[in-house]
Amino acid sequence: MELGQMQKSLQDYTKSLFVEGILDSQFLQLPQLQDESNSDFVSQVVSLFFQDSDRILNDLSLSLDQKVVDFEKVDPYVHQLKGSSSSIGAQRVKNACVVFRSFCEQKNVEACHRCLQQVKQEYYLVKNRLETLFKLEQQIVASGGMISAMDLGF
Amino acid sequence: MEKGFSPVGLRVLVVDDDPTWLKILEKMLKKCSYEVTTCGLAREALRLLRERKDGFDIVISDVNMPDMDGFKLLEHVGLELDLPVIMMSVDGETSRVMKGVQHGACDYLLKPIRMKELKIIWQHVLRKKLQEVRDIEGCCYDVGADWFTQAQFLGGGEDVSFGKKRKDFDFEKKLFQDESDQSSSSKKARVVWSYELHQKFVNAVNQIGCDHKAGPKKILDLMNIPWLTRENVASHLQKYRLYLSRLEKGKEIKCYSGGVKNMDSPPKDAEINSGHQSPGKSSSYAFLKATETDPKQLAPASVSDPTSGVHMPPKAKKTRIGYDPPISSGVFDSLLPWNDVPDPLESKPPILYENSFLQQQPLPSQSSYVANSAPSLMQEEMKPSYVNEDEFLMPQDKNSTVILQDMDLSAPFSSNATSNTDSIPGSLNWELPEAHHSGSLDTDLDFTWLHGEHFFANSGLQNFQFQDYTSSTSLLSEPPPHLWYGNDRLPDPDEYTLMVDQGLFIS
Repeated sequence: MELGQMQKSLQDYTKSLFVEGILDSQFLQLPQLQDESNSDFVSQVVSLFFQDSDRILNDLSLSLDQKVVDFEKVDPYVHQLKGSSSSIGAQRVKNACVVFRSFCEQKNVEACHRCLQQVKQEYYLVKNRLETLFKLEQQIVASGGMISAMDLGF
Repeated sequence: MEKGFSPVGLRVLVVDDDPTWLKILEKMLKKCSYEVTTCGLAREALRLLRERKDGFDIVISDVNMPDMDGFKLLEHVGLELDLPVIMMSVDGETSRVMKGVQHGACDYLLKPIRMKELKIIWQHVLRKKLQEVRDIEGCCYDVGADWFTQAQFLGGGEDVSFGKKRKDFDFEKKLFQDESDQSSSSKKARVVWSYELHQKFVNAVNQIGCDHKAGPKKILDLMNIPWLTRENVASHLQKYRLYLSRLEKGKEIKCYSGGVKNMDSPPKDAEINSGHQSPGKSSSYAFLKATETDPKQLAPASVSDPTSGVHMPPKAKKTRIGYDPPISSGVFDSLLPWNDVPDPLESKPPILYENSFLQQQPLPSQSSYVANSAPSLMQEEMKPSYVNEDEFLMPQDKNSTVILQDMDLSAPFSSNATSNTDSIPGSLNWELPEAHHSGSLDTDLDFTWLHGEHFFANSGLQNFQFQDYTSSTSLLSEPPPHLWYGNDRLPDPDEYTLMVDQGLFIS
């Protein structure tokens, strides 16, 4: 694929993430924090988010799998995930957490299981998309291209 | 006033168990030219703070942390170190915000936090310094009768108190301008108004008679404490009068409008307080209680019931309109006797921000907290997360007359605040409940008066007229869409260009 095409792909792809509400404007704050002193900032932050979220989801699943669900334990996990997702602008994950918490409050085990599935789904979605995004960029750079305002176009 | 105070190099300690946020915040704070230290655990943060006693100017901490409740950390920092603390959370529920305020937070930020909010946190440091000087100098008292008259109206509405504070501030400013090398800019040793000391003070005041006529000089003479200065007394007198004037107002308010549902989970950490136990004694803060029963009844229970070393801020149980408080004398066992605490630092009550709160204009940031919007959800979480919760005096009953919505995704604390203010006229009642009928304090109610601290902060916010609020349900129903975090909007072209110019995602 030639460079121009790749850049167009990246542009469309990025745009779609916002249009679909997978990411929100918080995500745009991250590149603003990146500079020469830490040119890796955005990818580092996103990696941290993945790591941390994996851990939380794991703990969350475990706690929901107990015979007797302790909502005092479940709720804080969801809260953590909500906070974490807000850091990179993973909007849909965050929203799913909000719904999840309301069911925690009601101590509705079944609904909570459904919520967990929903949250996981959203999480894997954003994870997947972001990984693809980074790959696209890497390809462009590897091909000698630069990402510029024009390419992303909106 | 610290001459040449500059936000640059402000020493910030940021505490957050979320590693992603910690990294982001660190970066943002560095971009603000602050000197940043990060911490992933509350305990670690406390340790750091204690180790470097004067090493930090301000603390920013998340509310929810695994090893310690953020509010507890807040208390400790306030108690021991008297540093301004900003709370953060992804949860913007009014009750949580209120809790932050009650525990002495000087601000509450909602995540996601933006740079612009962090850029101005230095104001809290400056404000605190100014307050300190003002208290130490005790020069507000010199404003005299004028001030006192205003103080009488303090309960009535914010405007007056704002006016008062502004006036003080202007007066203060003038004073600073005239000051040359006066030690006003240096931190003077704080007077710890222990129970005994305060008793002496009160006795002196009572001896003189009508306390309007009691001047600091006279009181000082009567007290006969060689190391105490007239300024110390003046400042203390000021607070005492404030307290009294509120009592007067508080008598008019008789009942609550509804019960309170306690939603707080009990604090997970009970060990922290062991660090503060004075050997063999209970060091604790007295509670200022309001009750429809005779406060003297509480005295025996209180005096004979010392608790294990727990630091609790003085609280006032407020009487509010329309509520029949389920007060049993058992609830008031927590009237803790005030004992002299060997370590003055540890005996400090948490930073009581009520007055300072009154002074502050609602912050322009999105996440600024405003007391006016606070009453809406206050009932949801009235129980503070103190270790000995049974000691605490907040109403414990479960009925809630206000249906609370999860205010997570809305932020009615920012620009909405002013409109909230308007729509709840007089809903904020800053008075203390009728804890005392006489003008003088007697031993029934024990107070900790710390020189330089504002006594009423934790109590002030609790006295809301809920009835008024419940009628304005519109406030709860529809948060303005623009206050939603996680906007469903597309990024603006400007924002996006910025992002791109920085080299979008490129390492």
